[in-house]
Amino acid sequence: MHWPIDLIVLTFVIFCAIAAISVKDLLGTAILFGAYSFMMCLLWAVMGAVDVAFTEASVGAGVSTVFFVAAVFRTSRRTKD
Amino acid sequence: MTDLLPLIVAKYNYWLYVILMMIGLYAMIAKNNLIKKLVGMNIFQTAIILFYVSIGYKKDATIPIIQSAHGGGHGAHEAAIHAADYINPLPHVLMLTAIVVSVATFGVAMALAVRVYQRYQTLEEDELRMRLSEK
Amino acid sequence: MRVLAFIIVCLTGALLLYGTGEFPDWGDPQSPASVHLSNVYIEKALEQTQVPNLVTAVLADYRGFDTMFETAVVFCAGLACFLLLRDFREKKERYYRHTPTGVILHVKDSKKIIKVGKEFAHMDKNWVPSDLIIKSVCRILIPFIQIYALYVVAHGDFSPGGGFQGGVIFGSSLILLAISYDLKTLVRRIKEKVLGIWAAVGVLIYVGIAAICMPMGGNFLDYSVLAPLVWDPHHVRALGMLGVEIGVGIAVTAVMAIIYINIVSEGRHEEGL
Repeated sequence: MHWPIDLIVLTFVIFCAIAAISVKDLLGTAILFGAYSFMMCLLWAVMGAVDVAFTEASVGAGVSTVFFVAAVFRTSRRTKD
Repeated sequence: MTDLLPLIVAKYNYWLYVILMMIGLYAMIAKNNLIKKLVGMNIFQTAIILFYVSIGYKKDATIPIIQSAHGGGHGAHEAAIHAADYINPLPHVLMLTAIVVSVATFGVAMALAVRVYQRYQTLEEDELRMRLSEK
Repeated sequence: MRVLAFIIVCLTGALLLYGTGEFPDWGDPQSPASVHLSNVYIEKALEQTQVPNLVTAVLADYRGFDTMFETAVVFCAGLACFLLLRDFREKKERYYRHTPTGVILHVKDSKKIIKVGKEFAHMDKNWVPSDLIIKSVCRILIPFIQIYALYVVAHGDFSPGGGFQGGVIFGSSLILLAISYDLKTLVRRIKEKVLGIWAAVGVLIYVGIAAICMPMGGNFLDYSVLAPLVWDPHHVRALGMLGVEIGVGIAVTAVMAIIYINIVSEGRHEEGL
């Protein structure tokens, strides 16, 4: 385990999380959320949980972003906060 | 001060997971938009999954795939397998299933959000309350 | 509201931070989670199941019940999306596209029905023609994605991967088809009914393999009694896991496609994203 990588990626994860919930455009939230999932996947790969990282890369960064974009497409991009 | 540094190195991961979980919880409570709340829920979920996976981590251990089985040759050197050499696979299994369930629930939640929007033309919580009280 | 939320969150966080003081150090090999059961799995799994990937061994064999109901949960999610969103009603105002010329017809009279077929196609109000480059690239890419998904399922015993990941990748290749062409292409190629049947068949394969073990004289999910049925009795548990993973993969593929199609078209299965 290389703790500098771990610390840097964790910081990115937290920034992505804060950005995802504070952006005022839901499509932006979708993309930031995909980035968040991908960073999470990196973190798990660094931790040695390769199966979990693989699942997160395909599920979190792939399919759930697609569901998100599909739902935003059918609802609205506007949000007040 | 010299006692503090080992403590930080040993525990900073846990602290950051707690912060991540707090972000998710805050989004679930305070955000007005339903989809933002769902994002908060997912952040909360991944923070917990992260915590579980980190429990299984061992220093100086490798990923939980047995090395000797890939070496080729039938029992050329059947080295004994030591548990300390491999990362604990049990949390990985539990969390792998949790991730797949999370995407399934996320899909259902999105379907519900689409239905709410079809009926009330909004996803903002305060506007939804207003529409509900009108009827 | 916001202040209250912030106070609650801070209190919860403070409580948890206080709790971290009692945790074992990060990466400690002697932490309570890593000393009891998991060591048995690590040391015995290869010998007992002939599967080098411990995660797959524990997922599909030792904790097979967990994964079985997990697959059932995924199936139920697909079912829930279908029941929530599927809409069989005809729309009052409809848009048609004349496929050879691209002329768009807007029909306001609900009784006037244009026959949909070779010449005319249903469409959404906000339809845009898809780009040639995207279409071509995706057409080349999709078969490779699908082959890779099959590899991930089949090779789950030896390397990271397995039914869930392979199923999701296969499902996303179907979603890519729907995005790069249009939703109609996907719905025409794979009927809604077929997707539903596949989702059920996947769960059934899992439960079937588990249930066959009982008349063979073993417990539910005890693959080792299936040895007379397979060509390689030495690897019977690995083969049982492979069968189970294939079932999971089929179910997850179908459910991902069902959820996507229903969300993106609001249950009408006409043209969506």
